[in-house]
Amino acid sequence: MMLTDSDLTALIITLKLAMVSTLILLLLGTPLAWWMSRTRWRYKFILEAVIALPLVLPPTVLGFYLLIALGPNGPIGGLMQWFGGQPLAFTFTGLVIGSVFYSMPFVIQPLQGAFAAIGPRPLEVAATLRASPLDRFFTVAIPLARSGFLTAAVLGFAHTLGEFGVVLMIGGNIPGETQVLSISIYDHVEALEYGHAHLLSGGLLLLSFIMLITVYALNRRFSLVRP
Amino acid sequence: MIEARFKIERDDFVLDVDLNIPDKGVTAIFGPSGCGKTTLLRAMAGLECCRDGYLKIGDQLWQNGKQFVAPHKRPLGYVFQEASLFAHLTVQGNLEYGVRRVPANQRKVSIDSAIELLGIGHLLQRRTGQLSGGEQHRVAIARALAVSPQILLMDEPLAALDLARKREIMPYLESLHDELDIPVVYVSHSPDEVARLADHLVLLEAGQIKGAGPIGEMLTRLDLPLAHGDDAEALIEAVVAEHDDEFNLTYVDFAGGRFTVTHKDLPVGRSVRVRVAARDVSLTLAHQSGTSILNIFPATVEALIPEGESQVMVRLQVGGVPMLTRVTRKSAALLELQPGKSLYAQAKSVALLS
Repeated sequence: MMLTDSDLTALIITLKLAMVSTLILLLLGTPLAWWMSRTRWRYKFILEAVIALPLVLPPTVLGFYLLIALGPNGPIGGLMQWFGGQPLAFTFTGLVIGSVFYSMPFVIQPLQGAFAAIGPRPLEVAATLRASPLDRFFTVAIPLARSGFLTAAVLGFAHTLGEFGVVLMIGGNIPGETQVLSISIYDHVEALEYGHAHLLSGGLLLLSFIMLITVYALNRRFSLVRP
Repeated sequence: MIEARFKIERDDFVLDVDLNIPDKGVTAIFGPSGCGKTTLLRAMAGLECCRDGYLKIGDQLWQNGKQFVAPHKRPLGYVFQEASLFAHLTVQGNLEYGVRRVPANQRKVSIDSAIELLGIGHLLQRRTGQLSGGEQHRVAIARALAVSPQILLMDEPLAALDLARKREIMPYLESLHDELDIPVVYVSHSPDEVARLADHLVLLEAGQIKGAGPIGEMLTRLDLPLAHGDDAEALIEAVVAEHDDEFNLTYVDFAGGRFTVTHKDLPVGRSVRVRVAARDVSLTLAHQSGTSILNIFPATVEALIPEGESQVMVRLQVGGVPMLTRVTRKSAALLELQPGKSLYAQAKSVALLS
């Protein structure tokens, strides 16, 4: 059995969504995680709780609020319209925003943990070796946190791949636009096309497994402390 | 001259110091654990923020009131208590990290000379995890030297090592002492390290400076704790004068005379330190002739202070060099010891440090 055109499109959208979301999360999450691993701000725990929310919240709840925020009458959608743009609900951009929230803890937490594990000493050493704060961040903090980056990237990517509830709420199910793999599988099952569902489900299972295997294997080799 | 004034308040202690450190030689900051030695060193490096501070190294002002030179802009070298090598770089990468950030016209120490001084040439391609503890420390010291610092700050670089590793590194530290022409501030709580390395001593206790001065003077000041107890000793700068092949001895000269010690393979003219423990020195009113003791010097009592119930610690002047001796209170009375009294000091054993 071969993939149908619409399955293929859904696969491409899914991969694109996961890639774009992960990239955005790494770009935004790195400075945020760095700051959180260093700050002594007494209310940090509140921010940590907010970031961890998607871990426990039903995706539909997150999706519902995002739908309202991104729709024409919501704050973000309204702002977009005010600037002469389109509301973001039921668009690929809307999906990306949803995924970023949905997968946030999977990226921030490994990064924060990796940064915290470095401790202050290597950065102090770098300072006494003439490295400016930004220099220290790029040449000491990031290389020492590399296993955290790998974990964050793969978990963020894999978690976005499997997204369902949030996408369904804010993306709808528009083929070629917002229809992702997990929703195609659902559609195939609804239509009793178990063959197609098997193919897609098996593919996703294999892909996710390979990715996680790669992370754990690489993390062992990356590990800077050797047994 | 290095001028440092810091007032740092923490929850459980206050560091309040005002000191001048000579801009030559090794200055040891000495004191028990938790007295603020490391905090003082970190404040000098700019790693410890303190608003009330003043720090001037030679003619460079590093901190004064609102002015605060960031640590990475201070031309210093810092050796931490743990080697703290960068785990993501090789030994070579660790050495080059600092050097690459120093402008070419300020590089006075070549990376090669730092490698040679610490004897780590064979380790350059290794990963840091493959080094022994002693090797890691040598790399850390070379890394700090390679940035051509104008001052080297060392925070108990030997404290985390076992005795064998200490013995491995000590010769390198001693050669630093001989070959560097930059000031070194060396934090330590080990009397032995201080005796071997320091030229000057700053005694720190509970965040306060108890005294500061040349090491020979500080060790024998009766008002300081160093000059008391079983380990009280004098350190005397001397020069190798000649070797006696017949008896396998070495003679070293100091301002107050000539020490005879067992043979040490050192070139004539070499500066050495002689360590004379207070418990090994005895006093006689007349120059003894029928004695096995070779090291006998005319001395003058400078001061004396009771040491426990039955003993007295005496500070002597031997040709302008201070020495200590511990005698019983009874002996002190029989010899009528008092400041200004002339007599003879005989040392039954002396140790050569080099």
